[in-house]
Amino acid sequence: MSTRVSIFVTCLVDQLFPKTGLAMATVLERLGYSIEFREDQTCCGQPAFNSGFRDEARTVARHFLKVFADADYVVLPSGSCTAMCSHHFSELFRDDPAALYQVHALEPRIWEFSRFLLEVAKVDDVGASFPGRVTYHDSCHALRELSIKQGPRTLLRKVRGLELVEMDTAEECCGFGGTFSAKFAELSGAMARTKVESIRRTGASAVVSIDSSCLMQIQGAMRREGLKVQALHLAEVLAGGAQ
Amino acid sequence: MKEITAIQPQLHPALDNPKLQLAIYTATGRLVDKRKGTVAEESLPDYQELRSQANALKRHAIDHLDYYLELFQRNVEANGGKVIWCRDGKEVVDFLLGLAKQRKSKVLVKSKSMTTEEIHLNEHLEEHGLEPVETDLGEYILQLAHEKPYHIVAPALHMTRYEVADIFEEKLKIEREEVPEKQTQIARGILREKFLEADIGVSGANFLVADSGAVVLVENEGNARLSTTAPKVHVAVAGIEKVIPRAQDLATFLKLLGRSGTGQPLTVYTSFLAGPRREGEIDGPEEFYVVLLDNGRTKVLRDADKRQALFCIRCGACLNICPVYRRIGGHNYPWVYSGPIGAILTPQFEGLDKNPWLPHASSLCGACGEVCPVKIEIPRMLLELRADIEAEKAAKGEDKLEKLGFQAWARLMSNPMLYRAASAAGSWVLQDAGDGGWASQLPFFLNAGPTKGWLSQRDLPLPAPKSFRQLWKDRLRQPPSSVPVRQQDATDEGHSA
Repeated sequence: MSTRVSIFVTCLVDQLFPKTGLAMATVLERLGYSIEFREDQTCCGQPAFNSGFRDEARTVARHFLKVFADADYVVLPSGSCTAMCSHHFSELFRDDPAALYQVHALEPRIWEFSRFLLEVAKVDDVGASFPGRVTYHDSCHALRELSIKQGPRTLLRKVRGLELVEMDTAEECCGFGGTFSAKFAELSGAMARTKVESIRRTGASAVVSIDSSCLMQIQGAMRREGLKVQALHLAEVLAGGAQ
Repeated sequence: MKEITAIQPQLHPALDNPKLQLAIYTATGRLVDKRKGTVAEESLPDYQELRSQANALKRHAIDHLDYYLELFQRNVEANGGKVIWCRDGKEVVDFLLGLAKQRKSKVLVKSKSMTTEEIHLNEHLEEHGLEPVETDLGEYILQLAHEKPYHIVAPALHMTRYEVADIFEEKLKIEREEVPEKQTQIARGILREKFLEADIGVSGANFLVADSGAVVLVENEGNARLSTTAPKVHVAVAGIEKVIPRAQDLATFLKLLGRSGTGQPLTVYTSFLAGPRREGEIDGPEEFYVVLLDNGRTKVLRDADKRQALFCIRCGACLNICPVYRRIGGHNYPWVYSGPIGAILTPQFEGLDKNPWLPHASSLCGACGEVCPVKIEIPRMLLELRADIEAEKAAKGEDKLEKLGFQAWARLMSNPMLYRAASAAGSWVLQDAGDGGWASQLPFFLNAGPTKGWLSQRDLPLPAPKSFRQLWKDRLRQPPSSVPVRQQDATDEGHSA
């Protein structure tokens, strides 16, 4: 029996970027995991939490806890949603010991995708190939809340045909920030344009990240600024080219 | 953009001014790079330990503020100085007016102090016919231009030498001078006269050392040392949170302050001022006062968690790294303290209802928390304040729309059946709206609210024709398309990370 991995594809991936979810499942399956997708999953609650609506965030987080209560591993294609579940749920439920117990029980089983590959599956070469020059965007929550910096780069360097180049503002926020992107649209747009220019300077044909929310912001801005560079989730690159 | 103007109108001038954008981005970028070098592993191996130590010291001092302030007062008095307790700015002004009257003096020299900016000291003194003169070059320029500081550490960060030339030419009625060194010489010449003329020197304080009754000042220009020693009277105006327990704690704080602020291992001058001139000493003031200012700090103290904002040592590192500060600049913040630290100090000092947009004006990137030398959890404080603000709004019944929106959203997201139905409906409505899954504009009935804000800046991805869950179902119905290339237990695969 192969190990069962439950995937949480995040609401954004489910609705807007389903290929990312499929790519993640493909990579995990190639490594011999059996993948389950729990139909009842929705969202981690972060949009409400970040906007200051804690009751609403708790409602959604409780649903998440219920859906994944007995999962061995929950793997997410997002640093931001992972940080929400493994860091912020405990703040959200600080006055609710029963829920907090569930949160702490689930925390060690929640894994961001790239970290799962490196630390649980213990592989850095998944047999993928991707031709071309690629630059990696550090998503803020992965970088600063989960300390994910080298892992995705390690995985990318093992991809056949891929040349990894660093952009000068890799660690600078793309300006997404959830509802911030709409509430402070011009400010968010200015931040995105700095990122786009930085990507342009690398001459890369693709920008890769482990968060679809950043990719949505970056790709939306690249399209608007007329920069023809692909925005890809790490899972999409790692699912590429292998047999 | 109507949505934005409703939140904060003045963001536009800064964002729309490419010259200003470049000036802020370059100046803060330089400070970021310098800081990075001085806190790097090679230059300061115990940087992270120092941060933890600084945090513990500040936490301890704030938790026992009453004890350390009284200890500080006793030691100031033992050194021959006096401590003046002031509830607010008015009490500080009254005290200084009394001193000036007693001394029959008109001119006061001032070294850089954010605390006096907080209470608009200069304006109030001027109203009473006094002449306070800022002696820090940046502050002097701003005083001439009638502007408030743009930055906690570099007050005139946004100004180019050409703008300084304009100000000098207009206000000092001198020939135009665009060379920074020469501009400095001009200011120096004028300020020397003021130092000689002034009877009272006003400074801020970087640290108040409880066990020795000393005021510690750090600076690079030497003007603070001159302001505090040349005039007959020295008045240090300090917020009560500036007290630290022991002189030896400075070993921790001074290592962090210069590095975090300007990327200097130590600032050019570090002054320890403990009391007036003693017999046999050749310099120093005749009278030494420390004004301990509350101005809302005791109100902030009541929240045992969020009062960590009072740990701030005013290094400005969070401003320099902040992608928001770097775009909107210092003058878009409603209070004297700008940047991320301003965003958590302002609502706590001025009330949650006054600038409810401020803690929301952050992408929560977390860079501020990473560089804070005293480890203030700024991103978490922003989240806490957002929750407080929304709770207060809900209690007052204000701004109901967003609350209702999130309530509906929470219902949707906690009900899988409803979620699936909404998702299917959404894909159907938008199926033909975009080109290759992205839209650069939408029909008017969809181009509203958040969508409109988004589309004003970038293209919008449209819901996929089939959601992941639909695709997954389709996939389960098909035979597996790929053969596992590796078994899960193959852990000998050279994991080199």
